[in-house]
Amino acid sequence: MNAVNASGWRPEMGEGSVESGIVTTTGNRGLQLEEALIFEIGSLAHCGVDFDEGDGEVLDGLPLRAAPVDLPGLSEPETVRHYTRLSRQNYAIDLGLFPLGSCTMKHNPRLDEKIARMPGFADVHPLQPVQTVQGALKVIDELAQWLITLTGMHGVAMTPKAGAHGELCGLLCIRAALEARGDPRAVILVPESAHGTNPATAAFAGYRVENIPATADGRVDLAALTARLGPDVAGVMITNPNTCGLFERDMKAIADAVHAAGGFVYCDGANFNAIVGRVRPGDLGVDAMHINLHKTFSTPHGGGGPGSGPVVLSEALAPFAPLPFTARQADGSIHLIEEENAGEDHPNSFGRMSAFHGQMGMFTRALAYILSHGADGLRQVSGDAVLNANYLLRSLEDVLDAPFGAAGPCMHEALFSDAGFAKGFSTLDLAKGLIDEGFHPMTVYFPLVVHGAMLVEPTETESKAGLDQFIAAMRSLAERARAGDPLLKSAPHLAPRRRLDETLAARKPKLVWPKLV
Amino acid sequence: MSRYFTKDHEWIDVDGTAATVGVTDYAQSQLGDITFIELPAEGAVLGKGDSVSVVDSVKAASDVYAPVSGTVTAANGALVDQPELVNSDADGDGWLWKMDLSDAGELDGLMDEAAYKDFVGGL
Repeated sequence: MNAVNASGWRPEMGEGSVESGIVTTTGNRGLQLEEALIFEIGSLAHCGVDFDEGDGEVLDGLPLRAAPVDLPGLSEPETVRHYTRLSRQNYAIDLGLFPLGSCTMKHNPRLDEKIARMPGFADVHPLQPVQTVQGALKVIDELAQWLITLTGMHGVAMTPKAGAHGELCGLLCIRAALEARGDPRAVILVPESAHGTNPATAAFAGYRVENIPATADGRVDLAALTARLGPDVAGVMITNPNTCGLFERDMKAIADAVHAAGGFVYCDGANFNAIVGRVRPGDLGVDAMHINLHKTFSTPHGGGGPGSGPVVLSEALAPFAPLPFTARQADGSIHLIEEENAGEDHPNSFGRMSAFHGQMGMFTRALAYILSHGADGLRQVSGDAVLNANYLLRSLEDVLDAPFGAAGPCMHEALFSDAGFAKGFSTLDLAKGLIDEGFHPMTVYFPLVVHGAMLVEPTETESKAGLDQFIAAMRSLAERARAGDPLLKSAPHLAPRRRLDETLAARKPKLVWPKLV
Repeated sequence: MSRYFTKDHEWIDVDGTAATVGVTDYAQSQLGDITFIELPAEGAVLGKGDSVSVVDSVKAASDVYAPVSGTVTAANGALVDQPELVNSDADGDGWLWKMDLSDAGELDGLMDEAAYKDFVGGL
């Protein structure tokens, strides 16, 4: 998978290469298939389903269409081929390294997939009586216990459906706790090294957001943060490890200062995969932290979900956790705490984050991941993730500027800037060149504290051979960017499409097939 | 009329209490192709340092701050259809809003063209 096949025929060996100028009548290139839009291949005259004519009766008052909707009709094999062809133009974690720093894309173990598909987990309904879904509830409860143990916290809200949803859950807990003590506050502090969703979440939760600057070595400016604390500050949102790929060493001092000023500490735990099994956020004074199950516990990610963002909570915030949650009875059975039975034991819950228990399919996968790795395996996960990122950092820092490289080791991701590129050459050019080399580009232009940022996260599951191939590609691209190779400026050359006009697409987007307007 | 600059890369032309605000050519060169600009409403009251407008580019969304306090008297409607004016003429046709100053004394804290040039040179 990682090395070039040295024994087989390759296009550049002769006739049929992309550079040979051969033009095919179909537009296909070998078995790389071109595919038209579904509107171009389907037509109203076709239908893949044999519908009943119906009895022709139209109920009174129903609005009727004046004209047929021009939706494409296709047969089943045409439909299957259409989407399969499109999927072959996609890039996926199952095809190769996906260095998307700030949004971990790592291998999803097949064991977890197998277990998540077992009918007892996959085919249950959230409205089933609890006696009939004890196994599924036990998975939720056991995963909750693991998350509490791994983070050293007091409780956990399992229902948030994604990282940002978890952030909102944490801030609503903070709001509820402040209101319960009659001390509503208006401001949330967010350092520059935090994830971009943090200020958005704070604003959404009704807080005013104030930025805290970063120090020259890419960490929170403790003095600036302490100076800003006061009776109007509800809390601080810190990403740790932060989005420069660095551990916030002053976390405990920050938390102590915030607590002394009556505020709460929210930790964005998206990067928990770098410290799992080694650091317990509860020991650092964190009051609330979401865990992206897809990052640390390797549930599938991509295409926008399905996400899952359980929030671990300190003793001060746990009473305000949203419903429902699981509770273990004396006889070992699992009970669901909901509005009807929250009663006197849990009167302070701020409400619900989602209709039901949370993202069951992700819970099953995450627990399978945890149990199959064990405590020692999880510790190795974070160790290998950090080792791989540092191997990348040190293998590239002589050709790519690493602004915080001198500050010591990075965590699970390595940050580079565009300093040293030839005039007119940018991070975008290098990222597009990476597509020609057969890799999905890394996160670009984020974090904002670095000019032309490139944030690279190899993840713990990549082998040394795989990393070496990526490093070789990156080194060659970095040298081309420094030398000002004009071919890099127009990359990608070998992808199904050349460089797209992103500006035009953003300024004048066409979002609807013209015939449907 | 005199032009002042901020560390956040805004410029402000001042004529009496009437002023025009835009982002600098350096700012547009760093942002890349601009795709959308959120403009303030006429009559909006601005405090110095308030986030007034958002400039979206292919790279990032960036806030534009009020260099001084005052009231918005007009916004550059041409940017709604032609946000690229900020790329092609940041110092002129790409202006963002006009305002009436409430405290001309606040201009003292801003840079003149030479000082801004030095500031950008040091970045």
